[in-house]
Amino acid sequence: MDWLTDEEWVALRLSFQVGLCAVAGSLVPAVAVGYVLARWQSRWKWLLELVVNLPLVMPPVVTGYLLLVCFAPRGPLGSLLERWLGLRIVLTWWGAALAAAVVSFPLMVRAIRLAFQAVDPRLELAARSLGARRFDAFWSVTLPLARRGVLAGCVLGFARSLGEFGATIVVAGNIIGETQTIPLAIFSYFAAANRPGSDAQIWRLVGISIALAAGALLASEWLERRQASREST
Amino acid sequence: MNRLSFHCTHQFAGSLALDVAFDTSAQVTALFGHSGSGKTSVLYMIAGLLRPHAGSIHFEDQTWLDTRRGINVGAADRRVGFVFQDHLLFPHLSVERNLMYGRRRRSSAIEPRRVIEVLELGDLLARYPRNLSGGEKQRVALGRSLLSGPQLLLLDEPLAALDEALKDRILTYFQRVVAEWHVPTIYVSHSPAEVCRVADHVIVLEQGRVGQVGRPADVLLPNQSSW
Repeated sequence: MDWLTDEEWVALRLSFQVGLCAVAGSLVPAVAVGYVLARWQSRWKWLLELVVNLPLVMPPVVTGYLLLVCFAPRGPLGSLLERWLGLRIVLTWWGAALAAAVVSFPLMVRAIRLAFQAVDPRLELAARSLGARRFDAFWSVTLPLARRGVLAGCVLGFARSLGEFGATIVVAGNIIGETQTIPLAIFSYFAAANRPGSDAQIWRLVGISIALAAGALLASEWLERRQASREST
Repeated sequence: MNRLSFHCTHQFAGSLALDVAFDTSAQVTALFGHSGSGKTSVLYMIAGLLRPHAGSIHFEDQTWLDTRRGINVGAADRRVGFVFQDHLLFPHLSVERNLMYGRRRRSSAIEPRRVIEVLELGDLLARYPRNLSGGEKQRVALGRSLLSGPQLLLLDEPLAALDEALKDRILTYFQRVVAEWHVPTIYVSHSPAEVCRVADHVIVLEQGRVGQVGRPADVLLPNQSSW
């Protein structure tokens, strides 16, 4: 498989590793927040929506800077993680995963919230009248009915994670083989545009990025349509 | 003696203010009234799915709700079966798994085989709700509630979406269920004929309050033109 250089393969592997880790880490909170936003009736709901959607509209570099302040070795959260778990976030692939998780979180929540909104809330009442507790009713009825939407949210979140650049470079840096994901690699090749072969490297990674993004969007679209057609039958 | 005592008040966001009080120990009690009179809300309160602003609900020697003493037994612990107007079967589960949903969560003396026999559900077990007719869905919903081992059964206009011929068939199934298991039942309807056929006792609700109470033939038939 010599159509990619070792460096490009590592960037591809790291991108998948970061994306999968970001989605896995965001899944439970995204399901919880998506469910609350779909069902909760409160005048304070706008505040939760604002907080959740902030990373979507804030410059990624600002998000990255805030994460850096919090998770730096002497930051409020970074020092705790290092002391308790021996986990270092800044300038490691964990930092890239954290940045990707934060930036993709609003997209995941949005898709998951729509999936929960499509499930009749009275089905949970029916489950509770049959002896199910609230969490049991959610777990056995609402979540299985929303599963395609949840999966679509994961696919979207993964795709967004693959493309994350601004917050990642601030938190995790651009270290070949350690934190350099596809967008960071493209940036590096672009910065060294005079080097022989860098154009070809850029185009290979651009092609892979487009293919991955298009594939993820198609998958997410297909899953959401299946969810909608299930609801209409 | 299966006595249900209900006295609740509730102010809805719209204009309806509910202030309903009744006692019943009949086998089948009908809650009768026009749309918007508060019938369904009363069922939701009995089932523990809607908490009234104030009041109390007692069944036999159990207190399900007493807002003054801060008692509110959760829906899962009241052992109340609820058949919803639009059945609310779980679309992702087969008929068999719908039927067993409540039984897996509560012990019940009611035999699944007998319920399937009485409601003639045997041929439907492997099918999914989307492939059932309206009448079949209501039979499955009735069977599902029965199999959760209810000490009180609530039926919220179970025939509202069915045509006349089908209504007659489902009522026959319902009467078989009452005859076989004797579960005390609250039956919501706005059809005098339906109420006269199935209920021993009727409570008429008018704009959130109890109007007349008595035997269906005494209460509904003399005033039939006004319903």
